[in-house]
Amino acid sequence: MLSRVASSIYWLNRYIERAENYARFMEVNLNLSLDLPRGTTEQWEPLVATTGDHERFTGRYGKATRETVIQFLLADATNSNSILSCLLAARENARTVREVISTEMWEQVNRFYLMVRDGVSKGLSSKTLHTFLTDVKANSHLFLGITDATMSHGEGWHFARLGRLLERADKTSRILDVKYFMLLPTVAEVGTPFDIIQWSALLKSASALEMYCKQHGRISPNTVAEFLILNPNFPRAIRYCLIKAEDSLHAIVGSESDRHSNLAEKRLGRLRSEMDYADMADILSAGLHEFFDDFQLKLNRTDDAIYETFFALRPVEGNMQKEKVQ
Amino acid sequence: MGIRFSHYDPEGFYDELYEEKGQPRPGSALLLRKFASLPEGELQKRQQAAERVILNMGMTFGVYGSADGHEQIFPFDIVPRIVSATDWEHIESGLRQRMRALNLFIDDVYHDQKILKNGVIPNDLIYSSKGFLQPCMGLHPPHGIWCHIAGIDLVRISDGRYYVLEDNMRCPSGVAYVLEARQVMKRTFPELFDAYRVRPVDGYPSQLLDTLRHLSDLPDPTVVILTPGIYNSAYYEHSLLAQKMGMELVEANDLVVVDGSVHMRTTKRLQRVDVIYRRINDDYLDPLAFRRDSVLGVPGLMESYKRGRVALANAPGTGVSDDKAIYAYIPKIINYYLAEEPILPNVPTYICSDTGDRTYVLEHLDQLVVKATNEAGGYGMMIGPHASKQERADCARRIEADPRNYIAQPTLALSRVPTLVEDHLEGRHVDLRPYVLYGREVYVLPGGMTRVALRKGSLVVNSSQGGGNKDTWVLS
Repeated sequence: MLSRVASSIYWLNRYIERAENYARFMEVNLNLSLDLPRGTTEQWEPLVATTGDHERFTGRYGKATRETVIQFLLADATNSNSILSCLLAARENARTVREVISTEMWEQVNRFYLMVRDGVSKGLSSKTLHTFLTDVKANSHLFLGITDATMSHGEGWHFARLGRLLERADKTSRILDVKYFMLLPTVAEVGTPFDIIQWSALLKSASALEMYCKQHGRISPNTVAEFLILNPNFPRAIRYCLIKAEDSLHAIVGSESDRHSNLAEKRLGRLRSEMDYADMADILSAGLHEFFDDFQLKLNRTDDAIYETFFALRPVEGNMQKEKVQ
Repeated sequence: MGIRFSHYDPEGFYDELYEEKGQPRPGSALLLRKFASLPEGELQKRQQAAERVILNMGMTFGVYGSADGHEQIFPFDIVPRIVSATDWEHIESGLRQRMRALNLFIDDVYHDQKILKNGVIPNDLIYSSKGFLQPCMGLHPPHGIWCHIAGIDLVRISDGRYYVLEDNMRCPSGVAYVLEARQVMKRTFPELFDAYRVRPVDGYPSQLLDTLRHLSDLPDPTVVILTPGIYNSAYYEHSLLAQKMGMELVEANDLVVVDGSVHMRTTKRLQRVDVIYRRINDDYLDPLAFRRDSVLGVPGLMESYKRGRVALANAPGTGVSDDKAIYAYIPKIINYYLAEEPILPNVPTYICSDTGDRTYVLEHLDQLVVKATNEAGGYGMMIGPHASKQERADCARRIEADPRNYIAQPTLALSRVPTLVEDHLEGRHVDLRPYVLYGREVYVLPGGMTRVALRKGSLVVNSSQGGGNKDTWVLS
């Protein structure tokens, strides 16, 4: 597969997944805001902080309010990570690989883009916002389903899955961070009904409430965090994402699962095994936020390694001169 | 009560669907009866449905400078153009003849130049052509074929005859719209396809693939399409053809010449490429061979091509045959190489580098269409009767400054096809671009791109300038 094509498929899927997760960010915050006690002001600034685009936001909007943050994360074409920008980028990437992906995949990306573009241009009120965010998630799921059902599960598909799962692992860590920023739980508040409501809102936003309840029943902060970080079977849990991403990486390279033959495999393998051997007590004692910072840094390095290993167009040692003399 | 067809008036133009007012041509009577039987508003509904299909398919063409992903939806009209079997037989034989003659011509120009020695074409016309490439002298493309893929523009005028308007022998585009227009029409009017026997166009990709594979001696050559990238206005077509032929769509950066052969960079290794269907212009193929200032292209590609390590379709240098001044000599070219009379006539053409012609052109600018000899896509064109005094004066200055770069033709009363305008049909001018492939033999796709000037009275059919598209039904 062409390096450029592999890169486009990878990024196509990262952007779709990113758009979906930005919808989840907003949803979790909207849900949390609805449950805030009277008199408390809504907290939108933390949401921007978790995306890592804090400086850009402040430069452009100044104060973080519901309107400005939603505009920035959803509709701002100058924010390269807004949902609108993600869809534009996803579609541009899809256009460059139309001959590799199925017609159905292309048409879904196109419809998804048109839906977001039209939604943004019509303007979103608090009434329509929920439906819009739900539609973003549904369209992302539809794309994922169409990909699985219409694309050969070969190299291209594995690059797609690799991109999607690394993006998802990163964003799940950030959704958990929203809660962390939202309200540093004082010891007194932990376990209060209000705290429980917030954690279940968060589970909902990760589409994890039912699966969590099946496994744990009772909602407690530690088990929720554990579920979303360390569960090997829940598809939005960080560990699950890393396990499957690593499977895809091995499938691309053609290497055995316990070996590494390049930097990408080495870094991803190491990160995955850290998750295998981590437990919540360690994570909490180091601090949840610090844990996520460290995780996101390592994930970025893995992404760098993937770029270097598969996508970078290095100059090739050719020998035109010699050829001409002969 | 649907659209009242009795009101439709060809207004003295040759109409592709009507013999005269109220009198459909034999091939279109069924279509028009069907349209007339549709309930009020149904035709507009189908038009809107077709536009939605096009939007969801992402069937677009690029327009530079637009913010919204650089694309526009391709304007499409649901009333098809119908070509009778007899007309098509005539067109097809004319195109085969032209394709063979032009290939013999190109091969001669880059070898013995007998046609120049025999005085059929003036030497300086060839050497001053921008499409003539000195580095191609003496090259032997596989099977002696230079132009494998051509799109030849035809027009029909008041006398009912088809004329060749221009030959596109470099990188003709538009065939994707032929394939997609048919898909849209099948979704929009399935019942009509049951009633009519329309010759299918879906065979084009496999014909093209055969043509490209014919360029290599290998049993299973690696064939790729080379595109300038997503900002090219025909990118949609490049990706569609790559998809339908199951081949890689590469950009220049994906290719590298190593030890004299062309390779593509994959995630695992460099992979040898044997045949390139290139959709970039000669100038940008190889910065070492043509434009040293260019950052585009694949360094070393021409050298590899010259050594026969890779085949290119079309071969570099075919532009000499679609130079609009050389066009005027094509009837003579056909006669010279094939000893036949041209089946499809040319449009009378005045060559501005000829003193007598130039004087005539400058005196009759208000009646003529002036075209730049080396431009395509309707750029550099001046339509005398529709131009302002100032535009004509500017045009005259350009002609006097660089006569070799201009030709002129009479303003043609292009034939028309009924076209949906709001709630009724009006005649709009059309041309026709059939596609011709030259591999083992010459193949003509039964159909083609019917471009329609959507603006009332306009003669400009180019999509960049208010043109749209219609499906072309060749009846069997």
